[in-house]
Amino acid sequence: MIHRKYIIALVLGVALAAFGVGASLYQSRVHSKQEQQASEQSERLVRMHSPVIGPREAPVTIVEFFDPACETCRAFYPVVKDLMKQYPTRVRLVIRYAPFHQGSGEVVKLLESARRQDKYLLVLESLLAAQPQWADHGSPNLALAYSAAEQAGLDMARARADMASPTLEAMLQQDVQDLTALKVDKTPTFFVNGRPLPSFGAKQLAELVAQEVSKAGK
Amino acid sequence: MKRTSLLLLAAWLTAVVATGCALFIGEVMGMAPCVLCWYQRIAMFPLALVLGMAFYSDDRRGAVYALPLAIAGAAVAGYHSLLAAGLVPRAWVPCAVGVSCADQKLDFFYGIELPWLSLTAFIVIAVSLCLYLRKTAK
Repeated sequence: MIHRKYIIALVLGVALAAFGVGASLYQSRVHSKQEQQASEQSERLVRMHSPVIGPREAPVTIVEFFDPACETCRAFYPVVKDLMKQYPTRVRLVIRYAPFHQGSGEVVKLLESARRQDKYLLVLESLLAAQPQWADHGSPNLALAYSAAEQAGLDMARARADMASPTLEAMLQQDVQDLTALKVDKTPTFFVNGRPLPSFGAKQLAELVAQEVSKAGK
Repeated sequence: MKRTSLLLLAAWLTAVVATGCALFIGEVMGMAPCVLCWYQRIAMFPLALVLGMAFYSDDRRGAVYALPLAIAGAAVAGYHSLLAAGLVPRAWVPCAVGVSCADQKLDFFYGIELPWLSLTAFIVIAVSLCLYLRKTAK
């Protein structure tokens, strides 16, 4: 009986170790691939049309691939905001859109029309606050998203006219092209000065930003 | 340890490796399992637990209970393999929404389709269990 116990422990130990080693090898391979891709195609990370939050000339750029209907993006909004507050002159945030959910594309256009009215952050925060109401993944209720934007003070008549413009559609298409080329398939995906997170998490993001800030400080 | 127990051990090892691979492909590589893959997982995951217990306590009945799971899994994997090989009309594919069941390829397996690996695992388990049951029959 004791014999079998050892065999079972050995098998389970080897299986767990193989899984762990395999997982970390695989993740580091994916990570370095993404890093290489981002550095080869750095023009795909930041576009002229992309919204920039924070000082334009900041030495550290966080690029966030963002979906307004994504819960994790919502959860990370305060995290990113805190980082910006921590380094008010050194960090800027560039938002790229990843409309992975149904209806997200329209909400992205709503956000962009808010940018034309200089109400980007107001509307963004209002949309994120109301996200649980409008962003049901099966059947998003965009009327609720519109009313959230209106409550934030958006001029809806102007917004609707702006949303219909082909410029916004072209911008959205460009973002989708870029995220496909960079193999971004989850939101939020962060790049800090072109470097992807070693693994996903708020702590990893804060550490990477701290590293880049101290690099830029020298 | 009796030699017949080795058959049980072989079946269990196969189930552990297959379960580990399925979890790796799904959780680490982030490949979403299709409907047919889910049915195969439903058959394979319990095998990794049940056969471990059967081997530990050298319980013949463990093999008796595990065998139907292995056969059911082999049936689904067989159908899935035929589908991947294009021998079953695509119109029968039960997954219209979500992930395609017909083309699931992993490049680092050098073009070997996953359903083939799954089918092999289920067959190895089923055959080992059948031999074990025959040799331990009273």
